Amino acid sequence: MSLQFVVDGLLAGSMIGLGAIGVTLTYSILRFSNFAHGDFMAWGAYATLAVVGAIGAMFGKIAPIAPLSFGWPLIAAVVIGMAITGLLALLLDMVLFARLRAKGQAIIVVMASFGASMALRSLLEFIFSSRPTYFSRAIQIAMPVGFGIRITPDQIALLLLTAVLVLSVHLLMTRTQTGRSMQALSQNAALARIVGIDVAKVVRVTWIVGGALACVAGVMIGILIQIRPFMGFDMLLPMFAAAILGGIGSVPGAVLGGLIIGLAEAGAVQLIGAEWRAAVSFIILMTVLFVRPIGLFGVRER
Amino acid sequence: MSQTVLDVRNLEAGYEPGVPIVRGASITVGKGEIVVVLGPNGAGKSTLIKAIAGLVPVTGGTVLLDGKDITAAPAHTMVRLGLAFVPQTENIFPLMSVEDNLKVACGILKPRETPARIEEMYAAFPDLARHRKTAAGNLSGGQRQMLAVARALIVHPKVLVLDEPSAGLSPKFVAMVFEMLAGIRISGVTILLVEQNAKAALAIGDRAYVLVEGKDRHEGVASELWNDPVVAELYLGQRRLDPERGRHSGKGSAA
Repeated sequence: MSLQFVVDGLLAGSMIGLGAIGVTLTYSILRFSNFAHGDFMAWGAYATLAVVGAIGAMFGKIAPIAPLSFGWPLIAAVVIGMAITGLLALLLDMVLFARLRAKGQAIIVVMASFGASMALRSLLEFIFSSRPTYFSRAIQIAMPVGFGIRITPDQIALLLLTAVLVLSVHLLMTRTQTGRSMQALSQNAALARIVGIDVAKVVRVTWIVGGALACVAGVMIGILIQIRPFMGFDMLLPMFAAAILGGIGSVPGAVLGGLIIGLAEAGAVQLIGAEWRAAVSFIILMTVLFVRPIGLFGVRER
Repeated sequence: MSQTVLDVRNLEAGYEPGVPIVRGASITVGKGEIVVVLGPNGAGKSTLIKAIAGLVPVTGGTVLLDGKDITAAPAHTMVRLGLAFVPQTENIFPLMSVEDNLKVACGILKPRETPARIEEMYAAFPDLARHRKTAAGNLSGGQRQMLAVARALIVHPKVLVLDEPSAGLSPKFVAMVFEMLAGIRISGVTILLVEQNAKAALAIGDRAYVLVEGKDRHEGVASELWNDPVVAELYLGQRRLDPERGRHSGKGSAA
């Protein structure tokens, strides 16, 4: 067998993991499963695509940064796209989730997120059509790196980007006052208020971080595969699997869960056939949950 | 009495509209005092101090802190206004380390003051200093109360409000907690506390109120209240029906 599945798995795992961070934060801080999170990915990818187009219209054709397939317009566009996606998440919370949360029934919010997911997706199909599109149609030559593994410069750059983002979020959660406030809120919301934490502010930060990371994951999918309105929805199950596998509320857990699922899926494609891809990741998920129901990095609730 | 820090006037509060639990309670706390609120079960003691701390909707009356109206201010603004509250249970973040429990409460301090302030708390509570990196959920009951109190004190509150600090603790820890509160008072902190354990609370308190059916029914010097027949009367509410006790009540009110 070839070890190529390692690279494929790490890449898929990075996309899943970045999305799963948002899922796990929303779940632990706002106490609901946000099924619209995948659609934040798709919106992030399309927003970035639109900004790339706008930059192209303003500055003309700009050569990619060799050896990558993209240049500074995409890098700038991702940053703007992250902001747009963060704001989209905030807006959705303001008009929908916050109002339903106030009524106090989690299941209503979960159902609403299903509806929001469909609405967001349809809106993308309406604006951009459901035809797949691409950031770049250039074909990159994969370089052999030994052990029968080939990797493209784009893939290396995106793996590095994932590592940097995951580390930043981890530091944000553990080393800053904002991160400690997020942890506090997820453990005891009433006490968090008593010690002076502005819950509304922490909730806003949570949405912005989750949305921004979803955007990056969406752009990764866009660069490595393609952009289509369903791209995020298709990531929903693996993302939730990763968040649960890693232990709800744990950022490192979500990323590790993503990598395990990504590697398992890629390995399954090579070893037992593509049709078993989803099955294998869920067998792993179920096995872990049987042995350790709180997930790899999870902690028992009080 | 010295200068008034906390002045609660005719406070009415309850969880649901039209169902007041606190019905016109008035209490004052002077600078540097320990004031105890006693009362039978269901008298509304906890609701009263939660309403003061902004955790229960207030339907009437006012709460003044250093003369400033803080009635029904959002709970998260209370520490900035100078009121620190220690809930009865679940008053620590169990999965965070002792140090992070302290740090997370320092939001209103200047970031560069925070480390020194945390060290001051460790100096005041050496037992916490020995467990800096321990998850707070693994502390003993007494240590948890200590952490909760340290976390409240860290922001230099004008008044420290505690909801039954001895609840659920073994006798050894009860003694430890009250010793700690007496020690805190010596350092000049003003304290308002609600207690079931009347004897221990009156031993460290300056003044006390007896709350019955949501109203302050009696007030006195803490050291005298323990033997005050009116308190026994009000505290053990059902005895009012006892004619023998009825006489005591009359005497007490006249006194």
